[in-house]
Amino acid sequence: MDIHEYQSKEILSEYGIPIAAGGLAYSPEQAVYRATEIGGDVWVVKAQIHSGARGKAGGIKVCKSENDVAKAAEELLGKKLVTHQTGPQGKVCHRIYIEAGCNIEREIYIAFVLDRQNESVTVVASAEGGMEIEQLAVEKPESIIKIAVDAAVGMQPFQAREIVFALGLDKTQVNQAVTTILGCYRAMRDLDANMVEINPLVVTKEGNLLAVDAKMGFDDNALFRHSHISELRDKSQEDVREMNAADRGLSYVGLDGNIGCIINGAGLAMATMDMIMHAGGEPANFLDIGGGASPERVSKAFNLVLSDENVKCILINIFAGINRCDWVAEGIIQAVEKIELKVPVIVRLSGTNVEQGRKMIEDSGLPLIMTETLKEAADKAVAAWKETGK
Amino acid sequence: MAIHLKETTKVLVQGFTGQIGSFHSADMIKYGTNIVGGVTPGKGGIKHLDRPVFNTMKEAVEATGADASIIFVPPPFAADSIMEAADAGIKFCVAITDGIPSQDMIRVKRYMRRYRANDKMILTGPNCAGSISPGKSMMGIMPGHIYIPGNVGVIGRSGTLGYEAASQMKQAGIGISTSIGIGGDPINGSSFKDHLEIFEQDDETRAVVIIGEIGGPQEVEAAMWSKENMTKPVIGYIAGLTAPKGRRMGHAGAIISAVGESAAEKVEILQECGVNVVPNPSSFAPIVQDVLDKAS
Repeated sequence: MDIHEYQSKEILSEYGIPIAAGGLAYSPEQAVYRATEIGGDVWVVKAQIHSGARGKAGGIKVCKSENDVAKAAEELLGKKLVTHQTGPQGKVCHRIYIEAGCNIEREIYIAFVLDRQNESVTVVASAEGGMEIEQLAVEKPESIIKIAVDAAVGMQPFQAREIVFALGLDKTQVNQAVTTILGCYRAMRDLDANMVEINPLVVTKEGNLLAVDAKMGFDDNALFRHSHISELRDKSQEDVREMNAADRGLSYVGLDGNIGCIINGAGLAMATMDMIMHAGGEPANFLDIGGGASPERVSKAFNLVLSDENVKCILINIFAGINRCDWVAEGIIQAVEKIELKVPVIVRLSGTNVEQGRKMIEDSGLPLIMTETLKEAADKAVAAWKETGK
Repeated sequence: MAIHLKETTKVLVQGFTGQIGSFHSADMIKYGTNIVGGVTPGKGGIKHLDRPVFNTMKEAVEATGADASIIFVPPPFAADSIMEAADAGIKFCVAITDGIPSQDMIRVKRYMRRYRANDKMILTGPNCAGSISPGKSMMGIMPGHIYIPGNVGVIGRSGTLGYEAASQMKQAGIGISTSIGIGGDPINGSSFKDHLEIFEQDDETRAVVIIGEIGGPQEVEAAMWSKENMTKPVIGYIAGLTAPKGRRMGHAGAIISAVGESAAEKVEILQECGVNVVPNPSSFAPIVQDVLDKAS
């Protein structure tokens, strides 16, 4: 689960990370009021959407008067921002964060990630702040400092000092930087975050450290023990179809193709999509309906896949193990009888009692195209899609 | 011979009396797995499925001499159960549970570093379908009848995709020595490489199939290791060629978040390392057959 910048900053400041004075606003009037509360003569108005690279998309505006703040707020609220992380559909900004401006001397990158190679929490830092880490890895790999944390004892101050000195920070900033790094680690560990990123961590002209942007992501599997983090969820930032799927216990990812997929198991779902591509088509979605393909689950899956207008045909691929094929076939038949089918549906069943399942579908009289192998299923789905004339 | 589990392997079920634990335990017993008892804290002393129930793993191991365990404990408590199994002296553990927090798994892996290599429990999963030595023993939730005994080792992340491969192989008359599920989580108990090492030593295994997917470094690590160390042929498939970057494809670990984690990149490295790549998921059987023919 992702949260907004302002929420990340609120959490991190409790862990001792220095942030600038700031406040949230839902309207231009509130934005101006926040700016006067904060004081000073430079403010940054920042669109709160779940994405990085907001600056390039026009989501961050530096303002030198209250009038500018009002104008920036008016422009950003309700605006759809498209970044390379949001995809072409973009994300709508419903909240803005107004923050005191600062004089930037230098920018540092610092992040805590779950490192799958080391199977540990790992700190990644670079003296080249402001850039994205992918970009850093390609353009300035030598600037990247990495230190793995031992889960038994947690991060130690000497590890934080190693990073601070490697970043070439001034000795007057060492303690503040060590506090910042250790604080990020504690937040990551205490709250089951899977990512904490401060980019940039700024050294101001006055010599202070300031987290100018902050991002946190949380392990969905650990939310059961952090109800206060669950409350930070902003559903307006999530894809409506994916959210509906998740609420129904299905795992869905929307894509750009025309062949809708209903499959049990994540690996088989990916493999079936690969097979569609191999046959010359493009999948419209990833959809894992889980182990048991009950009638309820199959009909939920149909509704979900058909809510995508681009879907021109549907491929169902179910491997029935413990739940036999005849039972799965019954589920498919019941689901199809309930909906008005406008697109061809290709069905492939395999596993326990497969002959029985196939026969039930063939005898049902429903317009379902029965296939035997995965290849045949993908070929027929692509042929059916081509027949619809795209 | 098979690896990890054989007819004689004595298996305990952790979360034995729960609905899911009971259902699959009955299925495993039917298959012939030597289930000697189970653990459900607070229910020690009763009998379940004609087998004794214990409060702790230590008691259970002491009373039964079990050397393996399978875990059906809900996610908030599963990491604790894994460590309890390791501490009780279990040698092979299958964690079926889906949804264990990543940082819990990091702590589990750190905890297990206290054991010497020879005493260390081999953990498979979590979030896997389990393992099976066809005709001998099954520790998992898979339909046992889709596997036939034979000489091919299988290591895979995904449940149903593993079933697909196994049933294609069965239809072609290709049998399996042992099939190991390592699970779809980002931090897992053991990797492709860990089991390749053991299959390489197994007399009964002539070739090994690895079924991987997008995300994480383990497929590449296994390919590099096999290039230097395997005498037996390795066959590989990577799912997720159509998966977009940065999106989680069902499994918690199936996400392309770094360079080298996409299916196309992994396939390229597998090929460079001499792995026989299965080009599409419909061709497991012909490729495996071809490799076996060439090897003999």
